[in-house]
Order: sequence, then C-alpha cells, then structure tokens
Amino acid sequence: MHELSVCQALIRQIEIIAEEQHAVDVKTVYLRIGPLSGIEPALLAQAYPLASAGSVAFGAELRIEIAAVRVRCQHCHAETEVLPNRLICGECGDWHTQLIGGDEMLLTRIELVKRSAVLMEAQHV
Amino acid sequence: MCETCGCNVTHGNRHLAYAKNELGVSAVTVLKNLLSENDSQAAHNRAHFDQQKIFVVNLMSAPGSGKTALLEATIDALRDEFRLAVIEGDLETENDAERIRKKGVPAYQITTGSACHLDAHMIHTALHQMNLTDVDIVFIENVGNLVCPASFDLGQHANVALLSVTEGDDKPAKYPVMFRAADAVVLSKIDLLPVLDDFKPVLAEYALRQLASSAPLISLSAKTKAGLPAWLEWLREQRAAQGERVRRGEIRRPRIQGDGVRFHAASV
Repeated sequence: MHELSVCQALIRQIEIIAEEQHAVDVKTVYLRIGPLSGIEPALLAQAYPLASAGSVAFGAELRIEIAAVRVRCQHCHAETEVLPNRLICGECGDWHTQLIGGDEMLLTRIELVKRSAVLMEAQHV
Repeated sequence: MCETCGCNVTHGNRHLAYAKNELGVSAVTVLKNLLSENDSQAAHNRAHFDQQKIFVVNLMSAPGSGKTALLEATIDALRDEFRLAVIEGDLETENDAERIRKKGVPAYQITTGSACHLDAHMIHTALHQMNLTDVDIVFIENVGNLVCPASFDLGQHANVALLSVTEGDDKPAKYPVMFRAADAVVLSKIDLLPVLDDFKPVLAEYALRQLASSAPLISLSAKTKAGLPAWLEWLREQRAAQGERVRRGEIRRPRIQGDGVRFHAASV
C-alpha cells in the first residue's frame, strides 16, 4: 500500500545522485530489502515504472536483494537466521535477542551512464 | 560514515561497490535508507518537540481497536496533571478530532485522502498549525492500519500498539513489523473478555515475546476504566524519562528505529 510513496522517495534519491554524477541515464538500481522493513518487494517493483515516469530513472532495471532475518542472542551470543514472526534465538530459544538483519530498506548501488562517457564515445565515432 | 567519500564500503559490501561494469556504465555505491528523506524530516520534528520539552506518543492499531476511546479516557484522567494535545490521522472526516475537542483538548485532524499512514511531512505541517506552547504530551493517533504506519518515523519518542480482544490473540505473529515497533502494547476492550472466550491474553503475550519484544503488555478497558491506572503510570514514567533525556541532551527515537540505525552502521 505505501510502496508507491517509498518508491517516489527512491526516485528522488536516484535523481539527486544522477545529477551529482552528471549522469544521462540510469541502467540498474540495486536495493536490499528485509522482510521486517514493512516493504513488499513485488509491490515496490510494480510501483517503479509509475513512480519513475519522466525521470532519469525511468526504464532502469530494478534488482532487489532480499535480506535474511537474523538475530544475535544476548544470552548464548549465537547468530541465527530466523522467521520474521519468531525472533527468538534459533540456538537456545532465549527471547533476549537483537535483530542484526532483515529490517533493511536500502538503496545499495546505482549503475549509470555519465555524460563524460557519452561524450568520449561520440569523439571515438 | 558520510555516504559520499566511500568510507562506508566494507568487506561486507565491497563486491557491490567494485563490481565490473559494462563499458561506459559507472557504478555508485549508495547504501542509503529508502526513507531517508522522511527520516530527516522526522528528526527535525523531534528536535522541535525536544526543544519545547514535549513527550510524543504515536498510537497505532487496526481500525476500531479503540485508539480514540483510549485517548478520551486518558484525557479524563490526566487533564489536571498535564497539558495535552492530539494529532489525528484518518483518510476522511473530522470526527475523531471533534471527539477530542469535546473533551477540551486541542486536536488537529490530518485527512490523508487515500494514504494509508501518516508521514513526517504531514506531522510537520500539522505542527505549524498548532499552538504547542506549554504542552506536555502530544498524542499522534495514526491511521487505523496494522501495516504501513510502522515503517514511517514521525519524530515521536514512543510507539504504542493497541490490540483489542475482538481481534485475535495471534495478531503479533501476523503483523510482526508493527508489534516489534511498539514500546508498549495495550490490550484494549478487556471488558468484552467474558463473552470472547476464544481470545487468550496469555497467547497474545506469547506471540509478542516471540518477536523478542520486552514491551509491557497493558490490559485495559477505556469504557470501564479497568486497568487504566497501569497505562497512566507508564505514560508518567515515560514522560519523566524523556524529560531526563532532554536535560542530558540525549535524543530518543522509538526502539526499532534506534535498533535499525545501529544495525545498518554495523553491518553494511
């Protein structure tokens, strides 16, 4: 439901970076999203063409890496992969755990074409 | 970490930062939260609140769990003790704000249209319409929704999630993102428990603990006032603790956002 507003925020970030990098096109956008971020990757991917229309990010490939839900036990110090609604230690079952992965909603990386690269190519032709 | 000079590249994400590219294509490592714009606005709101020594609580629940009824009961109990103000969020109508104003407490209604949650920018707009001079506690009643509001920091100091006994005792297992974000969980409408023998409060607490949550579970009825003193005591304690933090110059974010910040700094 709120994926469109998240996606619009993503596009604004991409636009800022593209401008800083003097980019003319964005090829690929890499995200890392965890199940506990409250964002549904499929809905975000659906919202992307709509949110990016008319921006430099339009037409870019969206690659979403799903992060595993992991907790660190404060009792036995084990780090285990767990289910999103069962965040107790996978080793000893203690509930005094700290989440160390699975709530991310990160823009990790962007691949873009810089104006300088286009100019260089034009000179070669 | 500054997100611009490359110092946020670690052994964990180096493969992302220096991957091979197709000719003419450059890669930029970003590692930025998708909602960083909202989070900056939320931090700004929080600075406003801290400057004016206001304790801010974000109330979240499914529609009809009794958020407004809890606020009405809270106002009746605390009106001589604290100066209160309320920000109401709904898709349409001024109804909830009118219920609060009838109790003599200033209320600002945000109507979101079709948006399913409040965000930090909406709260900022509301703040500029309100006179918060000498206010002690602001309650933000979020849009009734157990999904989206959990993802947006508003600038509050504490999150409270309501679970009414008409809903189902496995709600925390079904909506982990929301219940994990709660600093306190209120089990509401307990006056109905005698006729709802399929709701087991102990199972609701079990589902909550499975989320590694140490949040207190406060059972109450806003109608009969049963259990209300424990809620009022939690509010007093939290407000006092927030006052102490402001005096020490500390900034308090709700539990989850704080965890997230620590985790992202440590592992990306």
